[in-house]
Parts: sequence; C-alpha cells; structure tokens
Amino acid sequence: MIHLTHVYWLLGAFLFVAAAYNLRERHWSAAALWAIVGCAFLFGDQIQQASQAHVRWPAQLMGLGVIALGVLAAAGKPLAHTEDRALSLAAAARLGNLLFVPALAIPFVTLALVLAAPSLARRGMTLLDGTQTTLIALGTACVVALGVGLRTTGARTTEGLAEGRRLLDILGSLALLPMVLATLGSVFAATGVGDVVASIVSAFVPIDSRIACLLAFALGMVLFTMIMGNAFAAFPVMMAGIGLPLLVHRHGAAPAVLGSLGMLTGYCGTLLTPMAANFNIVPAVLLELRDQYAVIRAQWPTALALLVVNVVLMAVLVFR
Amino acid sequence: MNYWPLIGIAVVVVGFALKRNPVLVVIAAGVASALGAGMSIGDLLVLLGDAFVSNRALLLFVLTLPVIGLLERYGLRDHAQAWIGRFHKLSLTRLLVSYLAGRQVLSMLGMIDLAGHAQTVRPLVAPMSEAAAERGTPLDDAAREEVRALAAATDNVGRFFGEDVFLAFGAVLLIQGFYARNGIELEPLHIALWALPTAICAFVLQALRIAWTQRSLARRYPNATPTGKGDLA
Repeated sequence: MIHLTHVYWLLGAFLFVAAAYNLRERHWSAAALWAIVGCAFLFGDQIQQASQAHVRWPAQLMGLGVIALGVLAAAGKPLAHTEDRALSLAAAARLGNLLFVPALAIPFVTLALVLAAPSLARRGMTLLDGTQTTLIALGTACVVALGVGLRTTGARTTEGLAEGRRLLDILGSLALLPMVLATLGSVFAATGVGDVVASIVSAFVPIDSRIACLLAFALGMVLFTMIMGNAFAAFPVMMAGIGLPLLVHRHGAAPAVLGSLGMLTGYCGTLLTPMAANFNIVPAVLLELRDQYAVIRAQWPTALALLVVNVVLMAVLVFR
Repeated sequence: MNYWPLIGIAVVVVGFALKRNPVLVVIAAGVASALGAGMSIGDLLVLLGDAFVSNRALLLFVLTLPVIGLLERYGLRDHAQAWIGRFHKLSLTRLLVSYLAGRQVLSMLGMIDLAGHAQTVRPLVAPMSEAAAERGTPLDDAAREEVRALAAATDNVGRFFGEDVFLAFGAVLLIQGFYARNGIELEPLHIALWALPTAICAFVLQALRIAWTQRSLARRYPNATPTGKGDLA
C-alpha cells in the first residue's frame, strides 16, 4: 500500500537532487534552500510525532530552517538556464501529438486512481492509504507520467531530473510561496489574528443575520486579497475570523461550499489588485502596454460581476 | 483583547508595497505576529516549524516538474503553439472565447502552467488577437493596447476560474487543510466540484466582456470591417 509518507519521501529526494545540482554548480543559496525544504519532507513525520510527544527541538530546528528560508529567498537570484531550441523544435516535429500523452497522464491517472480506489479497497486490494487518496494519487500519477514521458521521448531518467530541477530553479523561492502563506495562516490562527478580526467585524456586523455575516465574509475576502495580493493569504484569516465561527458554527453553513466559493470570491479580488503583480503588472510589461494598470482595467468589469454572482451563489448554496 | 498580532498584516502590506522578496515578507510577518502575541522565541520556532511541516502538501505540485520539464525540452511548448496557430483566422471574439475555454479546461485538468502570459499570451494570443481585431482598417496604438490587455485579462480569468476545479491544486488543499486542522474532514473532490458553478459563470461573463469589446471597437473605428461577419475560417 502506498502511503502519503512515501510520496513525501519521493519529493524530499527530488529536492535533494535539486540541491545537489546547485551545489555542484556552486549556487550555494539555492542549494541550501532546497536542502532545508527537503528536510521538511524527509523528516516531516518524525517532526510532527516529536511535537505530539512534547519533544520540542525538532520543530524548533525546522522553525530556524523556515527563518533561514526567508533570508535565503531574499539573497538568492533567479538562475538563468539555457534552452536547446534546435532540439525541442526537432523533437516537436518528430513527436507531435504524442507529446500531449504524458502531460495528460498526470490529471487522468490521478482522477482514475481517485475514482478506482474505493471499489478496489472494498475488494480487499487497498492500493492507496484511504485518508489522503487524492494526494497519493497525484504523486503516483507524476511517477507514471514521467515513465510514459521517458518512453515517449526516449530520454534517460537523469534528463528528467535535470529538467525538473531546471523548472524548479526558474520558479525559485516563489515555489514556496503557497506553503509559507499557509504557514502564515497557521501562525495567524495560533496568535489570535482571526479572533481580533472577528471581534472587529462583530462590532460592525449584526452577527445574528446570516446574510450580513456572508457579505462581511465575501467583502473581507476581496479586501484582504487585494491588500495581500493573494487569496491564499486572505483565506485562513477570513475563515478563522468569520467563516468558521459565524457562518459554519453559528449559522450552519456547508463547509465545502463555503470554502470553495469563498476562495473564488477572493480570486475576484486578485483580478483587481496591482499587489498580484505576476498576473496584473508583469503581463502589462510583457505586452509593452504604456498603462501598467491596463490589464486591471480590462478585467475589472468581469471581476465585479463575478463577485456579485459568487455572493448570490453562496447565499443560495451555502445554507441548505 | 490584544491587537498586536495584527502587526503581521501590516508587515505583509508594507513588505509587498516595497516589493521585497515575498517569501521573506511572509515569514517576517509570521515572526512579527507571534512576537506581537507575546510568544517566547522557543514557542515561536515550534509554531513556525510545525506549521511549515503540516502544510507541506502544498508543494506536491513540484513532483509534476520533471515530466513537464522533460516534455518542454522535447518540444511540448512548440507543438502546443503550432497547434493553437491553426486557429489564426478567427474573429477576435471567437479567438479569445476559444482560448478562454481551452485555458479553463486545461487548468481544470491541472495543466495550469501549460499556458500563461509568457508561454502563450505574448507569443501567440496577443498578436493573433490584434490581427483578428484589425482585419480591415488599422486600429490606433491605444486600441491595439486595449486588445492586448484584453488577451492578458482573458488568460487570468481562464486560469483562476479553472484551477480551483482541479482537485490537487493548492487552493483546494489549502481549504481541506484548514478544515482538517479545525476538526472537519472533507474530500478534495467535494471542494473542487463546488467551484464548477463559478467557473461556468466566469466563462459566460468574460465571453460577454470580449464580445462587448469587439462591438465597441467596431463602433469607435467604423472604417474597420466588422470582424465577426465575413469570417469564413
């Protein structure tokens, strides 16, 4: 049976391969960055078990590592990697639509495994650990897709690793952003930021009215997303402040619907803010537009209309 | 009530406004909030370390990089460009609405970075949109920039309101993780499916927006032949 731990080990091993490539090329800060992140994957279970047993030093060491990641991320420069255009053009002509097969294998194998797992488990063939099926399926699908990809292209495994590492280094520390934003969400939850926001909100919002709470949640998601440039960062704050205590616990909102539509309401904010630079400002530069807010100007009508749609959908679907 | 933990939000706002490295800003915000809450250094480190490790599922997308990188090296992007290039005779509305649909479907299948501002919009969609909008009398620079901005906006809408339907995407896992930490167990598939209604509405609204822009351009530049008609491709 495949456990999530095995998928994490695989990812940890890949991160150490990326670190080793960087070490060989004397990119010290990138090597250190991926090695620290790799440790979170190779030793994650032990760190969590130690914390549960009130042994504090492994988590503290990881905490120091996280602070080091911030410093390394600021110190590191994005690495330039060269592409072999002649090779890729020739291969594109040779392989054609076959190239789509391994790329499509990732989503379709994931989906197939997720859908097949329960019926296989009923027949006594437990392939994937039941509690985290989707993640394990995704990890397995990536390995299958790489296998198919190597077969299709006739490349060696090391080539796959080197190309994966090339993409990882192009993303650089920004690849860590979702993870550190979620970490910030956990810190906000532990330090009571959600409670403070909730207390401020409840001073202004009649909390007995579920529609008022819903509006405060939706507008809060948009506002926080615009401030932080990222719906991921806004989500834990607004959920801890309004979503969970007021909407789910007090008014009985359906958690899955609220989470999904709440996040998408935040995305409406992403379309409106220059803080989401890689979506709104970078393309304006890339497309050589004189007005750096031209992309936001082009998308605000859709964003606002969609915000209204989302609030209506939530009002209809969340309290059933 | 202690309001000092809110300082973390201030750090994020100021740090992003000053364009510092986002990872550094976010970690500094976490440290500031924890110190604002009166935590000791020891507790702070435990909190950071535990939180980082328990959110590690968000990095799983990295496992897709070897196969995607390999396929790019063997021409996936070039082939995708050639493939889109076959549709170069469409009107602005049909071109961008088709791109929107394709972008959304690919994002739903998890292929979020197969397209993008650098990968597809600048080399393909923007020039093709300009060409489609301009068939007939040339537009001026302002109108051409408007069309390019619309192409970028269409890419954003397609990406954002497709990716949440992909069950292994970070947003879905973030939602699932948040509830799990608060004692509510949900299946990712369940969360992802509830993103479908918004995805459909986003498609319709952005399609209307594109059609409206094409009509407005035709009205403001009356010498141009209306690009929606005479289109036999």
